[in-house]
Amino acid sequence: MGAAGVPSLARIQWVGFETIVRREFGRIVRIWIQTLVPPAVTATLYFLIFGSLIGRRIGTMGGYDYMQYIAPGLIMMAVITNSYGNVVSSFFGAKFGKHIEELLVAPLPNWLIVLGYVAGGVVRGLLVGVVVTAVALFFTRIPVEHPLLVAGSVLLTAVVFSLGGFFNAIFAKNFDQITWFPTFVLTPLTYLGGVFYSVSLLPDWAERLSYANPILYMVGAFRHGFLGTSDVGLGMAFAIMALAAVVMFAVVVTLMNRGTGIRE
Amino acid sequence: MQALAIRGLTKTYRNGVVALRGIDLEVAEGDFFALLGPNGAGKTTTIGVVMSLVTKSGGSVSVFGHDIDRELDRAKSCIGLVPQEINFNNFEKVYTIVVNQAGFYGIPRRLARERTERYLRQLQLWDRRHEIARALSGGMKRRLMIARALVHEPRLLILDEPTAGVDIEIRRSMWSFLREINAAGTTIILTTHYLEEAESLCRHIAIIDGGRIIENDSMAAVIRKLHQESFVLNLRHPVTAAPQLPGYAARLTDDHTLEVDVARGQGLNDIFARLTSAGIEVASMRNKVNRLEELFMRLVENRGAAAGGS
Ligand SMILES: Nc1ncnc2c1ncn2[C@@H]1O[C@H](COP(=O)(O)OP(=O)(O)OP(=O)(O)O)[C@@H](O)[C@H]1O
Ligand SMILES: [Mg+2]
Repeated sequence: MGAAGVPSLARIQWVGFETIVRREFGRIVRIWIQTLVPPAVTATLYFLIFGSLIGRRIGTMGGYDYMQYIAPGLIMMAVITNSYGNVVSSFFGAKFGKHIEELLVAPLPNWLIVLGYVAGGVVRGLLVGVVVTAVALFFTRIPVEHPLLVAGSVLLTAVVFSLGGFFNAIFAKNFDQITWFPTFVLTPLTYLGGVFYSVSLLPDWAERLSYANPILYMVGAFRHGFLGTSDVGLGMAFAIMALAAVVMFAVVVTLMNRGTGIRE
Repeated sequence: MQALAIRGLTKTYRNGVVALRGIDLEVAEGDFFALLGPNGAGKTTTIGVVMSLVTKSGGSVSVFGHDIDRELDRAKSCIGLVPQEINFNNFEKVYTIVVNQAGFYGIPRRLARERTERYLRQLQLWDRRHEIARALSGGMKRRLMIARALVHEPRLLILDEPTAGVDIEIRRSMWSFLREINAAGTTIILTTHYLEEAESLCRHIAIIDGGRIIENDSMAAVIRKLHQESFVLNLRHPVTAAPQLPGYAARLTDDHTLEVDVARGQGLNDIFARLTSAGIEVASMRNKVNRLEELFMRLVENRGAAAGGS
């Protein structure tokens, strides 16, 4: 084969990336009962219980109908859980089942493998986001004040938590270690991140503490996109999300280049 | 051009196991090369380093002139690997596994589909393409890994014990398939425990033991180094003791079977003359199989004895 027949690395990388995303998408669809159905079920329960039953007694929150207030929060919660969960279980599964080697022997740089899995996590997060939104629309009407804000914040959040899932999967040595972080850190932070309430209702110290929770900014920016107001400054929110994405990407790629958890 | 050039390769695993103690190996383009060694010799580790599945501790590796420290992706593009252990996703379909692997090597989708069909057909898996990989038999799984390794049409195919657990018939058909691929220009390196396999397929052979290469030559030369052959004589009537055969090592394995070691160049007439005069009738004779296996055992044992004895 002459030099002319050798495809450029950029070309190889693009096709490689596309294939990783295609495979991740195939996985999401193949196991849809595990990936797409549970968020729909949980969302329905949340809307029934918190929205319809309890919400009716609560009245308004931040000036909105309680159901409308929690809808963006619940959507974001599902996006966070699912983008994280997709990458952590897919990448850990690939390590565990050794098919990660299919990628490691291929001429693809590590940053591209990370990007491929992150794209898979984002796709899962967004798909689930759409599912939960559809459920929400059964119960209430959701205004969309700033569509770009909605899109930007949900995308960045999905990227950040996909990277988080990747980080977790790199270090995980068994299945316990891929459930530990979501259960003990992610879920509490999400519940305390303004999904169900406005932090202005909290006692002073708790309100101030809440501002140390990055999820508060993500949920806040997202809600702002729908309702037009929120607890957090948008500049701050986007700075935090962008910074988290960049730093975590750098960390994860460095770990991959060192071979942590994947090369002997 | 060397398909593979390995120099001074060392590897110490994190747990302290020294797997490679300075491997030098060159495989010419177009060669069919056997890497032989007992369990734990370092074959899979060597291949792992070449594929960058294992990080090396020292030394250098280049594939068709691409150094893996400087042009890793170029080097990887040239190689197809059939690993020792199954490493595809058991829950994916046969077709998907192969077509995706082509994608990971940058083959555009349409071409990937064509190639997938071609190689699945060649490996007699086309009819099973819609099944999930877990539903395949062990031999089919091996063939799936071969199809997957070939789908980007690598210049160098590395197979780590490809015929382990494969029945004779399929093994034969795999052999002829590998010969065809080699004849068409693909360089092949394989590791195997079946020495018969190396002898029948390969032109060059390296024997590795304890992380060192202890023999590296053409297959013919290595066989020539086997300066003796063993013959098994079946006797028509039982005997109680091995007959006197000066110049030969002879032993009875049972009362009807005599084994005689014959040095290269030494004739057999003398043996028969002596047996005839002792009144022993030979009913039939065969060459003891697996000469190479014996050579291999001897090489490994001698080294062990020399190292231990000095
Ligand atoms: N991941 C690992 N961690 C620690 N030691 C290892 C690892 N993999 C292999 N080894 C050790 O390195 C040495 C060489 O192993 P390797 O797998 O390369 O042998 P091999 O020649 O392929 O053997 P086999 O014929 O059994 O496949 C052995 O002592 C083995 O125990
Ligand atoms: Mg091995």
